[in-house]
Amino acid sequence: MLPRSQIWLLVVLAAAGGAAAFSGRMDDYVLDVALGVCINITLAVSLNLINGFTGQFSLGHAGFMAVGAYTAASLTKTLGEKLLPLVGGQPWILLPIALLAGGLVAAVAGLAVGTPSLRLKGDYLAIVTLGFGEIIKVIFQNVDFVGGALGLNGIPTTLNPAWVTVIVFSTLATAALTVYVVWGLLHSTYGRGFLAVADDEIAAESMGLNTTRYKITAFVVGAFFAGVAGGLYAHTKGTLTPGGFDFTKSIEIVVMVILGGMGRHVGVIIAAILLTVATEWLRNFGDYRMIVYSLLLIVLMLTRPQGLFTWSWKKKAA
Amino acid sequence: MAELLQQVINGLSLGAIYALIALGYTMVYGVLRFINFAHSDVFMIGAFSGYYLAPRLGGGTFWGGLAVLFSAMAICAVLGVIIEKLAYRPLRGRSTLSVLITAIGVSLLIQNVGQNQKIGFGPNPKAFPKIFPESNLQMGSLVISSNQIIVLAVTVVLLAVMWRIVHRTRIGTAMRAVSFNATAASLMGINNDRVISFTFALGSALAGAGGILYAMNYPSIDPLMGTLPGLKAFVAAVLGGIGNLPGAALGGMIIGLVETFVSGTKASTFRDAIAFAILILILLFRPAGLLGKQRVEKV
Repeated sequence: MLPRSQIWLLVVLAAAGGAAAFSGRMDDYVLDVALGVCINITLAVSLNLINGFTGQFSLGHAGFMAVGAYTAASLTKTLGEKLLPLVGGQPWILLPIALLAGGLVAAVAGLAVGTPSLRLKGDYLAIVTLGFGEIIKVIFQNVDFVGGALGLNGIPTTLNPAWVTVIVFSTLATAALTVYVVWGLLHSTYGRGFLAVADDEIAAESMGLNTTRYKITAFVVGAFFAGVAGGLYAHTKGTLTPGGFDFTKSIEIVVMVILGGMGRHVGVIIAAILLTVATEWLRNFGDYRMIVYSLLLIVLMLTRPQGLFTWSWKKKAA
Repeated sequence: MAELLQQVINGLSLGAIYALIALGYTMVYGVLRFINFAHSDVFMIGAFSGYYLAPRLGGGTFWGGLAVLFSAMAICAVLGVIIEKLAYRPLRGRSTLSVLITAIGVSLLIQNVGQNQKIGFGPNPKAFPKIFPESNLQMGSLVISSNQIIVLAVTVVLLAVMWRIVHRTRIGTAMRAVSFNATAASLMGINNDRVISFTFALGSALAGAGGILYAMNYPSIDPLMGTLPGLKAFVAAVLGGIGNLPGAALGGMIIGLVETFVSGTKASTFRDAIAFAILILILLFRPAGLLGKQRVEKV
C-alpha cells in the first residue's frame, strides 16, 4: 500500500491527464484562467517554503520565475526547430525537458543568490532579494538573444493544437507535484529543520542544525519550482518581456502567501486560487482595478494580518 | 580632466537628491524598524505638487520657486502623517512583515490612484515646468546648470536644518531616544506616537523637496517616477548604515556618483542594476553599512 500522500498525487495526476485530454475543446478564456491558477499555486507554494515555513522573507521570486521562463522559452522556441526532430517531433518530450532545464537554471540562480544573501535577516534579506530580482530583469533587458527590452515572442502556446494538451497537462501536474514535494519535504525528518529555523534560529543552531544549509535548500527548491512555473507561464502567454517580471510580480506572489497564512499548506493554495480569480473579476472595475486591489490589500492587512485562513484555535506555524 | 569634473558635479547633484530621500527612509527605520515603501510615492507626490503649484505660485522666479518648494514640502509632510495614522499606526506592535506588506499596499494605492485618468494625474508623462530661473554657468569646458547649484544648495541647507532639529531640539532628542529604545523612551514620558508622526512629517517633507529637485533636473514626471529613485535611495540608506543620518547623506552621494560614472561608460544600460550590486556587496562585507554600528546578537 502506498502512503496516502502518494495516492493523492496519483489521483490528481490522473485527473490532470483527463482534463488535459479535453483541453482542446475548452473555452480559451476559461483555460487561460485555469492555467493561471495552477501556475500561481506553484509559485505561491514554492515561495511559502521560503517565506512561510523557513521564515526567510524573499521578495525576488519573480526573478527566478524570469530565469526559468526565458530558459524554457528559448529552448522550445529558438532551439525548438532543431530539437523537435531529434525527439521525433514530439512536444511531449521537448516541453518537460525545457521546463526541467528552466527549473534547474533557476535553482542554480537560487543557489548563487541564496548563498551570499541568506546571511542576512528580515528586512535586509527582503531588500537584497528584491535587488537581485531587479538585476535579473536588467540583465534580460540587455541580452539580445532573448529579445532584449522588446521581449521574446512566438513561444508555442495553448493556441497551437500540437502543444495544447502537453502544456495543460504539464501545468496541472507541476502544481500537483509542487504541493506534493513541499508537503512531503516538510513532513520528512529532514524537513522539520525548516520549521525549526523559522521558529527560532538561535535555538535551532544550538541544537546542532546547520541553519544556513536549511535556508539555502529552501531557497534552491523554491527557486526551482518558480523556474518551472516561469517556463509554464511563458508557454501560456506566448510573449515574455523583462518588465513583466518586476517587483510587482514578486509582490503578487508574496500577497498570496501572506493572505493564505504564512506557513500553511491549504490556506496558501486557496489564496492563490482566490487571488487569481479575483484578479479576473477585478477587470470589471476597469481603470479602478488596481486601486481596488491595493485597498483590499491594506484593509486585509489591517484586519487579518495573520492571513485569511488562519484561525485562532490552530497553532501558528511560523 | 574637465570631463571628470563635469561627471563629479552631475553625480553630486543626483546624489544630493538620493540623500534627501534616503534620510526619510533612515529616520522612519530608526523609530519604527521597517521599510516605508510608500516613501518613494510621497517623493512622486512632491514632484506633482510642484507641477500643479508652479503656475499658481509664480514658479520661474526665485521667490516663487521657494514658495513652490515649501508648499510641496508641506503637502508631503501632511500626506506622510496621514499615511502613518491610517495605515501604520493600527499595526503598531504587530510583526514587521504585516507593516511591510501594508506599506507596499499604500505604495500601490498611491501609484494607481496617480495613474488613474479621472481621479488622479493620468498615466502619461508630463513636462515639468520651470521652478527657479534657469541659466548655465560656463567655466572653461565645464558646464554647471543653475539647477544643479540649486539642488546642491537646497540639499545642504535642508541637511543642516535636519541636523539641528535632530541634535539641538527637544523633539529631536525625543526622536533619538525612541530610536535608541522605544520602550524606555515611553517610560521616560515621551509620547512615542507624536514622535513617530513628527518623524514621518520630517522625512516626507524631505522626500517632497527631493521630488521637486529631481523633476527640475529630469523634467518629465509620471506617477511611477518614484519607484527607481526610491529603491536607490533606500540602497543609499543601507549603504550608509540604516538609522544613521550622516550615513544616509554619504550613501546618497556615493550612489549618485557611481551611477553617473557608470552612465558615462559602455555599461550605461546596466545603470539601474549598479545600485543593487553595490547594496549586495556592502551587505556581504559590512552588513551594518559604512557608518553603522555592528549589532551583537544576544540570546
